[in-house]
Amino acid sequence: MPRPVLAELSVGDVVATGAVELDRARLVRYAGASGDFNPIHWDESFATEVGLPGVIAHGMLTMGSVVGVVTGWAGDPGAVVAYQTRFTKPVPVPVRGAAVVEVTATVGAIDADAGTARIDLTVTHEGAKVLGRSQATVRL
Amino acid sequence: MANPDFAGREYPATAPYAVGREKIREFASAVGALDPAHHDIVVARGLGYPDLVAPPTFAVVVAQRAEAQYVQDPEAGIDFSRVVHADEKFVHHRPIVAGDELVTVLHVDSVTERAGIAMVTTRCEVAAPAADGEPEPVATVISSLVVRGEAS
Repeated sequence: MPRPVLAELSVGDVVATGAVELDRARLVRYAGASGDFNPIHWDESFATEVGLPGVIAHGMLTMGSVVGVVTGWAGDPGAVVAYQTRFTKPVPVPVRGAAVVEVTATVGAIDADAGTARIDLTVTHEGAKVLGRSQATVRL
Repeated sequence: MANPDFAGREYPATAPYAVGREKIREFASAVGALDPAHHDIVVARGLGYPDLVAPPTFAVVVAQRAEAQYVQDPEAGIDFSRVVHADEKFVHHRPIVAGDELVTVLHVDSVTERAGIAMVTTRCEVAAPAADGEPEPVATVISSLVVRGEAS
């Protein structure tokens, strides 16, 4: 697949969309892979005791999963030179089934001198934003 | 409550973290990153990398180990059952690849408190030591945590 060309992009272009399904098994898997064993991500009773609606996804799992639409579009995962987000709302993950997180990637800014595009991610769960100011800077 | 005396603190460089191929594959699979550059060395080398390339948030594995020096220190006063992750930012000075040996210097950039809510911001400077002495900057990872007070 040819890589995107900076000069052909315009601010506002939607470059990718996708959906990520997060289930309890994925949370356990991410805990092991990342080393983040905070029990709010796997222990229902602990999560409710600290005032959460139940087990929630690691913010870093949501952040790490949704950027896949950007790396897939860019054609090179090493092209993401910066990536930031704000965690605005937790994503509760049910015991059975999965929480679906939807992502839309839009060109937010272009820096022709640096050869980079800022891709803004809109990330929602059940219609509400779960990440804010989510931006990936991609070198093209 | 979060101890304001920790603001401005800089920790000694961590022991090296050896980035393994299987760790990159494991982390990539955990975040659903199916891009073959994380899994297939032929594809990674075809893109110009010396080995498998890590996903964009992989540096958190290295950074959270370094941050533990601070957040798990009882003197820091951070009750982890009251912590909410507020912000995360990665700046990649170059991609992380399998075979890297990474050392991290942790900085506590700020500890602030307002209305019973503390916010702490840490910065991890991740570097690869070079044979000629000067470490090569690899990534900067900035993380902000909100610590809710007893009353909130």
